[in-house]
Amino acid sequence: MEMCGGLVAPAVLTGRVTARAAALLAVALSGCSRGDGTAGSVTEQAARVAAPASVSGIPAARATIMLPPGADSGEWTIAPRDYGSTRYSPLGQITTANVARLRLAWTFSTGVLRGHEAAPIVADGAMYVVTPFPNLLYALDVATGAQRWKYDPGASRASQGVACCDVVNRGAAYAEGRVFFNTLDVHTVAVDARTGKEIWKTKLGEINRGESMTMAPLVADGRVYVGNSGGEFGVRGWIAALDVRTGKVVWRAYHTGPDADVLIGSRFRPFYKADRTKDLGLKTWPAEQWKTGGGAVWGWISYDPELGAIYYGTSNPGVWNPAVRPGDNKWASSIFARDARTGEALWAYQPTPHDQHDYDEVNESLLLDLDIGGQWRSVIVRPGRNGFMYVLDRRTGEVLSAKPYGLVNWATGVDLETGRPTIVPEKETGNRLARNVCPAAPGLKDWQPSAFSPRTGLLYLPHNHLCMDYEGGQAGYIAGTPYVGAQVKMYAGPGGHRGVFSAWDPAGQRSVWEIKEKFPVWSGTVVTAGDVAFYGTMDRWFKAVDARTGKPLWQFQTGSGIIGQPVTYLGPDGRQYVAILSGVGGWAGAAALGILPEVDPYIALGFANAMKDLPDHTPEGGMLYVFALDTAGGPSATAP
Amino acid sequence: MLVALALPAGPLAAQRTLRVCADPNNLPFSSRRLDGFENRIAVVVARELGARVAYVWWPQRRGFLRSTLDAGRCDVVIGTSAELDAVLATRPYYRSTYVFVTRADARPVRSFGDSSLRARRIGVHFTGAGGNPPPAEALARHGLAENLVGFSIYGDYREPHPPARLIDAVTSGEVDVAVAWGPLAGYFAQPGRARTALRLVPVPATDESPGLPMTFAIAMGVRRGDTALRDELQRALDRRAPEIRAILERFGVPLVDDPPRGATR
Repeated sequence: MEMCGGLVAPAVLTGRVTARAAALLAVALSGCSRGDGTAGSVTEQAARVAAPASVSGIPAARATIMLPPGADSGEWTIAPRDYGSTRYSPLGQITTANVARLRLAWTFSTGVLRGHEAAPIVADGAMYVVTPFPNLLYALDVATGAQRWKYDPGASRASQGVACCDVVNRGAAYAEGRVFFNTLDVHTVAVDARTGKEIWKTKLGEINRGESMTMAPLVADGRVYVGNSGGEFGVRGWIAALDVRTGKVVWRAYHTGPDADVLIGSRFRPFYKADRTKDLGLKTWPAEQWKTGGGAVWGWISYDPELGAIYYGTSNPGVWNPAVRPGDNKWASSIFARDARTGEALWAYQPTPHDQHDYDEVNESLLLDLDIGGQWRSVIVRPGRNGFMYVLDRRTGEVLSAKPYGLVNWATGVDLETGRPTIVPEKETGNRLARNVCPAAPGLKDWQPSAFSPRTGLLYLPHNHLCMDYEGGQAGYIAGTPYVGAQVKMYAGPGGHRGVFSAWDPAGQRSVWEIKEKFPVWSGTVVTAGDVAFYGTMDRWFKAVDARTGKPLWQFQTGSGIIGQPVTYLGPDGRQYVAILSGVGGWAGAAALGILPEVDPYIALGFANAMKDLPDHTPEGGMLYVFALDTAGGPSATAP
Repeated sequence: MLVALALPAGPLAAQRTLRVCADPNNLPFSSRRLDGFENRIAVVVARELGARVAYVWWPQRRGFLRSTLDAGRCDVVIGTSAELDAVLATRPYYRSTYVFVTRADARPVRSFGDSSLRARRIGVHFTGAGGNPPPAEALARHGLAENLVGFSIYGDYREPHPPARLIDAVTSGEVDVAVAWGPLAGYFAQPGRARTALRLVPVPATDESPGLPMTFAIAMGVRRGDTALRDELQRALDRRAPEIRAILERFGVPLVDDPPRGATR
């Protein structure tokens, strides 16, 4: 359900439309339609939907599409589009039948060369694009592409030295006439959407302690949720809620250290018994190490307005190699549910205790409803970096299932009694020599967010297909201390391809179709009511495929490789547009483009080995591309 | 950060410039005030080449080589690991060792096997996930992970020579022992520089294990492919070896001999 104008609609927007749901739909939409034709077509479209994702032909997965209040269904106001992070758009002008007629409408150069991972944000007739460092924010006229204003936060140049994996930024967020984004030098900024004037700027951390910020903020219920990056530099990871109006920190929770700092108190009810011990953020580390233990928040946050809770994951533990940090290293590589208002932890679960492979847990949390054994359960679906597709009960944190969604050999499975992975000893890196570990350090899927269509009941996954070898004894040098690191060598998994774009049935726990790509699919994705899924490749193709079959329908060659997040929106002319930033880089791309962080073999040698041929396919360069159908299809925006 | 500083070095100075990539805030290695031992060595070598020295200043952290040597802004790094693949290195011109640092009035430590370490707080540098200074790994293997106190090698760059906080921590009693890289410890433990008398004991060869060396050979590094400059520098290093050794000794760098051929390293 799209939530508009502050209206929280209780119905579920899905292919499985009951009389009750259809009635509620109509009620809800009447409260928020902005005359874009959405309301009239939504129920119509929904009524004739039938999706083949389950045996009965009815999807056993559905989602309550919860748009931020005030957001129009033709807009895209936060990077995940909706609070449940489905990245599903109810716009249906562009369909599998006509997507081949998609043509360039306008373009915009950002003037920045590094990796562009951001989602363009569309609100109130403007598009907001935030670049990699120096983190420029552009406002563009959404109809013409004309530049309205540019805001430069004046981010410190030194911050580039504490960015682990290129100087990326994953996007801005819009609410209440303001645009919010994070800077690499650890500030959150609120800018007046109309004028481009800074309203507030809050310093949240210190680059001199290795902190940086790269994530897209989530704005919900008067608060901006942000977190730090820097697990590679010995930071102590945190998440913070800022007041939308003032930028003041309302609460901040750390992910290592005493319960008081983690905001673990009387309301904390983790599902697994072993997680109920006091001060695990201290006790699962050697004495002092929690102070530099990582657990940063550089990925995605979801929000359930009904439960008043946020859901997100934390980064890998640091700062030493695994042998030097015996213990589970909580709460790094963990998932948290917190009271959005107070920050109090409601539950937590650590998919990868004592991470040895750089399996962060920062990936997106899709808030879905799954038919499990004939019962609809409110769940979180998380395509884990460690290769398992976690389905968790949203209220309790119980792992309902955890199936690999690609090649996984570091663990044979997840014990649902304890929640712990069953680790394969010869794939442990503490031994200093481990060969053919799958997935490689960037995981089966890294930060690149997936999408879910309530029409097909399927999850669309841009991901990696890489394995790695670990060898000890690689000498490195910083004046002040020579060091020895593991030499990590990544390479394509079986079959020789390095990326996959696939459709996954979260209810049936199986892959439905997959498309092999030369390079890791490092872009985000969007799926629409026209049953079209969009994604981009590092070798410069922006692609549209049939969401039901995976059949390629259309592609466009961009100037540089794509690691950005596509969005779709309704222009003031009533036509549906699709936008994507090209500009290769990021961890995957930096390694190959002469911007690799050479003092860290873990990162540089590791990914560079797998990406040697990338420069043969793409140069750097940030450019926005906006597409529309070549003839006006008329304003017929639709929802399922 | 890109500030070039020209130093007149005699009548031939106008002829040639040796462009050095260096950290402006990393004593005892280099500093913007040119009082690091690498600054001194640069002058000696440049004089031999008939060149003057110009600096491109950049903090020694991620991006250092990328932004300096590899970007073509400068041509030589005065001190780097002789084994680093990222540069073309000369033969090593010195070898140093990790050392145990204690206050002179405390019981000295001579080995990772010293049982007194179990009751002591042990300071070590950390470089970031994916790499450890060998002492950290060795201490963990001795079951001493509980005793480790980590200090970022990058530190707070607003302070002078941030890696030295590890040595300060011994002086102040924040840790009981540090295991630090010799040149850093040797300089800051020199009488008159340390607030408290410190004792340095090299980590013994018997504490080394395969893949965990405690001594490292240091060389000059140029861009890969720049064989001509590397060879010139090699000749200068060879000819001025005694002078360079005297500089290292004056700065308190603990020097060790190359291991015999056939040794692990």
